[in-house]
Amino acid sequence: MKKNTLAAAAALALLLAACFFPAACGRPAPEGGPPGSENFVTIKGSDTMVHLVTSWAEAYMDVNPDANISVTGGGSGTGIAALLNGNTDICAASRETSGEEKQLAQQKNMDIKEYKVARDGIAVVVNPANPIPELTLEQLKKIYTGAVNDWSQVGGPPGQIVLLSRESSSGTYVFFQEHVLQKQDYAVDARLMPATSAIVQSVADDAQAIGYVGLGYALEAADRVKILAVKANETAPAVLPSEETIRSGAYSIARPLYYYVAAPVSEAVAGFIEFCLSPPGQKIVKEIGYIAVS
Amino acid sequence: MVPRQVKELGIAYVLMAASFACILIVFFIFLFLFREATPFVAKPGLGTLFDERWIPVSFQQQRFGIYPLITGSLLVTFLATALAVPFGVCAAVYIAEVARPKEREFLKPFIELMAAIPSVVLGFFGLVVLAPVVKAAFNLPTGLTALTGAILLAFMAIPTITSISEDAIKSVPRSYREASLALGATEMQTVWRVTVPAGLAGIVAAVMLGMGRVIGETMAVLMVTGNAAVITLNPLRSVRTMTATIAAEMGEVTYGSAHYQALFWIGILLLAATFILNIVAQRVLRSHQRY
Repeated sequence: MKKNTLAAAAALALLLAACFFPAACGRPAPEGGPPGSENFVTIKGSDTMVHLVTSWAEAYMDVNPDANISVTGGGSGTGIAALLNGNTDICAASRETSGEEKQLAQQKNMDIKEYKVARDGIAVVVNPANPIPELTLEQLKKIYTGAVNDWSQVGGPPGQIVLLSRESSSGTYVFFQEHVLQKQDYAVDARLMPATSAIVQSVADDAQAIGYVGLGYALEAADRVKILAVKANETAPAVLPSEETIRSGAYSIARPLYYYVAAPVSEAVAGFIEFCLSPPGQKIVKEIGYIAVS
Repeated sequence: MVPRQVKELGIAYVLMAASFACILIVFFIFLFLFREATPFVAKPGLGTLFDERWIPVSFQQQRFGIYPLITGSLLVTFLATALAVPFGVCAAVYIAEVARPKEREFLKPFIELMAAIPSVVLGFFGLVVLAPVVKAAFNLPTGLTALTGAILLAFMAIPTITSISEDAIKSVPRSYREASLALGATEMQTVWRVTVPAGLAGIVAAVMLGMGRVIGETMAVLMVTGNAAVITLNPLRSVRTMTATIAAEMGEVTYGSAHYQALFWIGILLLAATFILNIVAQRVLRSHQRY
C-alpha cells in the first residue's frame, strides 16, 4: 500500500521536475553565442511552423550535405526564450516578439534580427451542416467576445454558438485576439483546445461549433469542416482565404511568420536563412499550404 | 570477518542514501517552486490570485484569478470519485470475498492494467469516442464537458481504489467473518455488515489515494473538458482544471513574468493538495492496520 503512495509521490515529483527544470536550468550564460560547431544549426519555436521549417531543413541538407540542422517545436514563446538564453540559433515564431521579450533582449545586450519568411492565413471553420456562408469581422468579434451567443443573431438557425479557440499559449490565439477581437478578451466560456487537430475534430462533430485554424490545416480538413468567407466590413465583398486573397490583402485574417536570430550570426545560419527566402525555399512554402513572402 | 562487516555496512549506506535521496528531491521541488513563485508576492501581489477570472493573455488587463481553476479541479475530482467509488469498492469486495481463486487471478491483474493506460491515449479516446456519446446522451451542443473528463478520470481512479480496498478488506481478521457466520448471518450479510465496515478505514484511504491520482491528472482533462475557465458546479459545462492550466500555458509563457509566477503558485497549491491527501490517507491506513 505504501509503495503505491510513494510511487505516486515520486511520479509527481518527476513530472514537476520534468516540467519546470528546463525553464530553470535554461538560466542564460551571459555570452549567448551559438551552440555547437560551424555547420550545426538549431531551430526552435512555433508549432505551426515545425512542418514548414522541417521541410526547409531537409531540402537544404540535400543540397548542402555538410549542414546539420535540427528543428524542434514547443511554441513561439518557448523559441524566443531559448533564443534569449542562447539555447538556439534561430527562433521560428508565428507572432512578433512582445515588449517584455524585447526588454529582456536589451537587458542582455542582444541584437535581435527579424525575418519574415512566409505568410499564413487563419481560416474560420464551422460544421458542414451550418448553413451560414460568411461572417463579417464585426460579427466574428461579437461571437468571440461573447456579445452574440446564438446563431440566429448572425443569420443562422437558432442554436447556441459553441466557441472553440486555441490555448492562450498559441501564437494563433494572440493573433486572432489582436486582429479579430481588436484586443478585447475572449468570452469566458470559449473552449480552449490544446491542438489544432482537436479544434478540427470538435468542429467536425458539433453542428453548432465555430473555430479558427491555420489555412494549411483547414484545407487539409476541407472534407470535414466548412471554411467561412470573411467580410472586412458590412459593405465589403465576402472573401474566402486562398493564396491570392491573402497575398493581395483582400482576406483580412492573415499573418506573417518570422525567424528571429541574435546578430551576428554564423555562416551556416546566414546560409540557411538565405535559402529559406530564395525562390526554391519559397516554393516549399507554397507546397506546404502557406503563402510565399516574395 | 571484518571485510564482510564493511560490505554489510556499505550496502546499508547505499540503501540509506537511496531512500533519503527521495526525500531530498521532494524537498528541493518545494524549494524550487517557492523560489520561482515568490516574486509574485511583491508584484502584482498575492491578492491578485483571489479573483474570479483567469485571463493570463490579454491586451486589456491580465487577470490571475484562480477561483475558476480550483472549482474546475474540485468539480472534476469529486465527480470522478463519485463515479469510481461504486465500481472500485464493489470490484474490491467481489475480488476479496466472493470470487473464486481462478477469477481473482484473472480479475486483479486486468483491473490493475487499467492503471497502465497512458493518459494521453485515454484522452484521445475521450475526445473521439466519449465526447460524442456524452453530447448525444444529454443533448448538448458539444461533448467537451466536466462530466466527460470525470468519466475518463474515473477509469484512472478505479484501479487504485480497487487494489487498495481489496488489500484492506482482505486484512480483516478471519475471526470476524467466522463469528458472523457462526451467528447465522448469510454470506452477503457478513460481507456488507461485518467485513466491509471493519475494513472501512482502508477503503476510505483507498478512495483518498484515488482522489490524489485524479486531482493531479493532466493530459486527459486537458483534451476533453474544453478548458473554459468558468466558475460552475454544472457537470455539463466546460471547466478548466489547475493541471490543464499549467500544462497548456507553461510552454509559451515569458520566463519570469507574472503569468509564469502565477503558474508556479498553482503548482504549489496542487502539490500541497496532493501532499495533504496522501498524508491523511496514510494516517487513516495506519490507524486501520492497528488490529
